[in-house]
Amino acid sequence: MALTALDIYKKLPQTNCGKCGFPTCLAFAMQLANKKASIDACPDVSDEAKELLESSAAPPIKLVKVGSGDREIEMGDEVVMHRHEKTFYHPVAYALMVDDDSPDIESKVQAAGEMKFERVGQEMQLDMIAIRSKSDDPAKFSSAVSAVKGKTSVPLALVSQNPAVIEEGLKVCGSDRPLIHAATKDNFEKMAELAKANNCPLAVLEDSGLEELAELSKKVKEAGVEDIVLDLGKKPLGKLFQELTLIRRLAIKKLFRPLGYPIIMFAEGEGASEGLEAAIGTLKYASIVVMKEADRAIMYPLFTLRQNIYTDPQKPIQVKPGIYELNGPAEDSPVMITTNFSLTYFTVAGDIETSKVPSYLLVADSEGLSVMTAFAADKFTADTATELIESCGIADKVNHKKIIIPGQVARMSGKLNENSGWEVVVGPRDSSGLPKYLREYTSA
Amino acid sequence: MALELPKEKWVGKIGQVVIGALESEGGTRTSKVALGGATSLPFLGFEGEYPNEPPIGMEIFDIVREDYPEVARKPFEDVIDDPGKWAKKCVEEYGADMICIRMIGTNPEEENRSVEDAEQTIKELKEAVGVPLLIYGSGDEEKDAKVLEMASNVMAGERCLLGLAEEAAYKSISVATMSNDHGIVAFSNLDINLAKQMNILLTDFGVKLGNIVMDPLQAGLGYGLEYSYSVIERIRLAALMGDKILQVPMMCGTARVWNAREAFKEDADTGDSTSRAIFWEATTGLSALLAGADALLMRHPDAVKHVKESVKNLYGGGEQ
Ligand code: SF4
Repeated sequence: MALTALDIYKKLPQTNCGKCGFPTCLAFAMQLANKKASIDACPDVSDEAKELLESSAAPPIKLVKVGSGDREIEMGDEVVMHRHEKTFYHPVAYALMVDDDSPDIESKVQAAGEMKFERVGQEMQLDMIAIRSKSDDPAKFSSAVSAVKGKTSVPLALVSQNPAVIEEGLKVCGSDRPLIHAATKDNFEKMAELAKANNCPLAVLEDSGLEELAELSKKVKEAGVEDIVLDLGKKPLGKLFQELTLIRRLAIKKLFRPLGYPIIMFAEGEGASEGLEAAIGTLKYASIVVMKEADRAIMYPLFTLRQNIYTDPQKPIQVKPGIYELNGPAEDSPVMITTNFSLTYFTVAGDIETSKVPSYLLVADSEGLSVMTAFAADKFTADTATELIESCGIADKVNHKKIIIPGQVARMSGKLNENSGWEVVVGPRDSSGLPKYLREYTSA
Repeated sequence: MALELPKEKWVGKIGQVVIGALESEGGTRTSKVALGGATSLPFLGFEGEYPNEPPIGMEIFDIVREDYPEVARKPFEDVIDDPGKWAKKCVEEYGADMICIRMIGTNPEEENRSVEDAEQTIKELKEAVGVPLLIYGSGDEEKDAKVLEMASNVMAGERCLLGLAEEAAYKSISVATMSNDHGIVAFSNLDINLAKQMNILLTDFGVKLGNIVMDPLQAGLGYGLEYSYSVIERIRLAALMGDKILQVPMMCGTARVWNAREAFKEDADTGDSTSRAIFWEATTGLSALLAGADALLMRHPDAVKHVKESVKNLYGGGEQ
């Protein structure tokens, strides 16, 4: 929905005075449309034209930051509906919610902080703590916030609709840029003031419909708050899902500013049900998902989902070429070869692990292509395989010279044998055949 | 100001494929399922039709491999050696909307079960449950030709789905489906062009488009789920935008989860292995549905339960 040169031209003075450095207003407009010039170059431009240009240049979903320091979270600034169109840039943040009247608030936050996973070279851990005021008592809330603050450095969300409660909480952590949750149509003036005074992002909560939510976000913006997060409130999952999609479309396709903000969602249910709601938020357009539990058995798969969905679809994830040791191999263990497309690697490695047979897996650099594609594209050949065998040092690790190649590339066996001097054994066509194959191979 | 909601008007309509034939229709099934029929993206019934709540089937085998993960085996320990009883438990205790049997034991590289043995299994299965059935071969082209021909005849009149048709092996299975008016599952491997090509090959060979269900391969969570997610989304978007050849329902499976040890291995650091595996499978299935799958085939009863609950909430809660 970018402006065309003609759209811009209509708003320029149309005097062709040349002060902008271009011979005509239209020439200048064309440069503006291509983002090759700045509107400031025209001294006579109207405020209206300026505003139009500035607002059209702003991203469809505002980039909003919460927290400070290295755990600061960036949200929003997404530009597509579907990840194959470009990329989802700012991964959804998972927040654990604790209540201010809970006696074990510190141990909960401590445990959440200790939950750290590493997967495919990426660290994954909880991104936020949301502190909810159940007591509605400012003093109690403030001491809960202090307790949490002492146990974590992740960004916080302060959850209460009572400005007096939020105010006390902010006295403890206001300079850390917590998310204030939430402004409603009844309290937004006071909440907006608090957000402004502390320079904090503010969530706006309205469950009656998108139009009402947009009205509220406009009022909050008019009150001077720039960093806004939307909360659609509690409603049936199907309705929420539809509204999440509609908001994304309004923001991206219609550049509808009042809903062009990141979204916070509170997952309902318990255990796997809560986890699945979080998964839905991850797939479809939430920027923060708040959960009441953080069970490792749920969080680990959830982080994995996020990792999957937020990878750049144009760039297949590759694993590093080289030797991978699986199931603790020894010098008589079988040696296999595959390519460095991450999916290929994980599938093959998973199947070898299933076999429980100690093995070496050589991963060839195929520029991230799968075995078949790489073979067809000449990126995985007898030559590249030979090069890998020679350079990776596998010969020093095993007492044999036998290599198992994927059944799909059986055709390279002769040449590979000739080039490398290794005996070539043709393995199963599909990696799922490996467990059985390897067990028979080693018992033979 | 009235806010105009951006509802898409899609020109395409996904075909509807019904499986299962009741007694009145010449079969012996006691229920049927309808896949597809949508003119909207998943669960967005406000902008078109999304007429069928996606059915969730369960997958069983004629024989169980030794290395079949304990977590998936456990709920069926008492019945796992008897496909009929296994299927019955899936349906009666866990609410499976359909049953898919994979005849892996017939593979010459596995147990090489004879066609006669396989016939016995399929007859038992047919008697054991009343839900619609899917019968998949073992991936051995020659053997599948015989097994699926037999299955087609045993199931004559029942309106099953037979699978899987692959680019390199689709003719004999096509013949098997056409001879008794069954449907066919066309497999493609994370590739929208191949998915399309499969439908072209099958229709050129004489299979009606309305008898095809696509399986575009659902990769497991953590093992390429994102590729599947995008391929399925692209297939569905292309179909809704008018690509007739892709206006075919999609059936996805969560089987790959049970190849990924990470999902179910003992590892205290990533939580209880059973809960993790169940959630792993449920997440994989749900993501296929949100991308555009019209039906699922799953393994663990609790994963089925959770996905069914989510589907009910998603389907029932929204505007239709
Ligand atoms: S300076 Fe402004 S008015 Fe003058 S030519 Fe450039 S755009 Fe037109």
